[in-house]
Amino acid sequence: MNAPETQVQSRLAEHPVPTGLWAWRYIILRRISQFGILLMFFGSFHWAWHVAKNVPLLAGNLSASKFIGLIPLTDPFAALQIFLTGHVLQKESLIGAAIVMGFYLIFGGRVFCAWVCPVNVVTDAAGWLRNRLAVKPIFHISRTLRYFVLAATLVITVISGLAAFEWVSPIGMAHREIIFGLGMGFTALLAIFLFDLLILKNGWCGHLCPLGAFYSLFGKTTLLRVRFDKTTCTHCGECAKVCPEPQVLNLKKLDERGYVFSGECSNCGRCTPICPEGSLKFDFKPLIRGHNAQALAQAESIAVQRRTK
Amino acid sequence: MSDQGVNRRDFLVKMAQGAALAGSGGLLWDYILRQEAHASPYALRPPGALAENDFNAACIKCGQCAVACPPFILKIEPAGGALPIGTPFFEARTGPCIMCPDIPCVKACPTGALSPKLKKIEDARMGLAVIDIENCLSWKGLRCEICHRDCPLKGKAIVLETDPRGTSKHAVFRPIVNSDACTGCGICEKACPTEIAAIRILPHKLVQGKIGEHYRLGWTFDTQITQDFKPAEKVGPAPANAPPATSGGKPAGVDYLNSGGL
Repeated sequence: MNAPETQVQSRLAEHPVPTGLWAWRYIILRRISQFGILLMFFGSFHWAWHVAKNVPLLAGNLSASKFIGLIPLTDPFAALQIFLTGHVLQKESLIGAAIVMGFYLIFGGRVFCAWVCPVNVVTDAAGWLRNRLAVKPIFHISRTLRYFVLAATLVITVISGLAAFEWVSPIGMAHREIIFGLGMGFTALLAIFLFDLLILKNGWCGHLCPLGAFYSLFGKTTLLRVRFDKTTCTHCGECAKVCPEPQVLNLKKLDERGYVFSGECSNCGRCTPICPEGSLKFDFKPLIRGHNAQALAQAESIAVQRRTK
Repeated sequence: MSDQGVNRRDFLVKMAQGAALAGSGGLLWDYILRQEAHASPYALRPPGALAENDFNAACIKCGQCAVACPPFILKIEPAGGALPIGTPFFEARTGPCIMCPDIPCVKACPTGALSPKLKKIEDARMGLAVIDIENCLSWKGLRCEICHRDCPLKGKAIVLETDPRGTSKHAVFRPIVNSDACTGCGICEKACPTEIAAIRILPHKLVQGKIGEHYRLGWTFDTQITQDFKPAEKVGPAPANAPPATSGGKPAGVDYLNSGGL
């Protein structure tokens, strides 16, 4: 056994990988968020959850909705597709798209994927079961495929005059059919589950979904990110094991930037609680540089203390 | 062959493979979309809906119209249904539009697929009521006329035409639909007492013909080209077999045949 590995072993003995409820806190919060949003839509339609007379709490679904009768929310990707069909959108849906974009520009582009999208529940379950069953990969596809699917969506939208993804989206199907009535949409979810479980790891969310690709595109510019503290990281690799998009935890890039730079990170919070050293933490981008400098100074002073002992 | 050549060929083949994959996948996708969008021509859309192609392009499939609908008659088509996926529709026989004067479904639409230009619900054209005169009780001579009585625009959208019945003293009260007033709300279809409704709402394009520009109905409006035929009683005291009126001594309608201009 070489030196760095023994170092990792000893550090791991000092700081074991956290387990238990606390380590799962973001997964629990994400499920509450995903099902809570679904429940608000469902309750507003079926149980007349109204904040005032004839003012539903949250009317619509993920494509477009209205919160407490005041705040319009629109899926910016759906709005973009409808715009490309040649239809002039009403002001309300443009304002809604701007509000949603603004939110995700603060909290991370793919926060939608991890915290809102109902398909994420299915693909997370498939990924978990795939790990438990140790399913071996059949083939490998580049994760950049999703950007080609995204481009194809826009081209086909222009050609067919129909919002290409909205007509086949399993996300839309799932939400609509839970809220407005069952149909064949659940077979699409089942297909995604089997695809992710048996055919391609993280197949739908990580390789195909054009909506995730759309949010990835401006994910780099968003404010809330995962900060990386290189002074404490032992390169144990626990984070990459649980990460659904492990390419975003490239150590070289983490070192350079001091945080998870790639827009493909969905801020799902799988890595942050399980890091034995606490080297990965949610932070706002403008503060990250200062925090990293602070950590470096602290590490140096500890090193100096050790040397002087 | 040099390494350079092999690499270039590999590259070109890869490009062709990628293009073929994208092309075939794209065509399949496009085909699925068009099939889905043209799924069924029988969809009855909420008031103010754009023409079917424009509606399919503009509807974001959010279902806010269905949430806003007071009688909850709007349904959202699930995947695998007969109608275009995710779009709103109603079924007149089970749940007709009650024609709310403030049109909340149109107000709820964020994209304009239900056009905000619709200000009065009477101007909505969701479909057209069509009577099966072979199975309509009123047309058969029974006193039904339920569609007429329940019609929110009775006297305009559905009128009763009375006709003496051949062998008895009683008149036949025949309901007639006027397409220029019928909104297609479907209340008549819901109310129709026959086992299968004898009055039904259908999209206009499935039932309405068009006579074409070249027909001139001279007796209904003034026109340059005319045979000058007018029903004799309405023209005035002239006898029914009077010679056609002339302009400048010549019959106006047949003039061009003799002028040598052709």
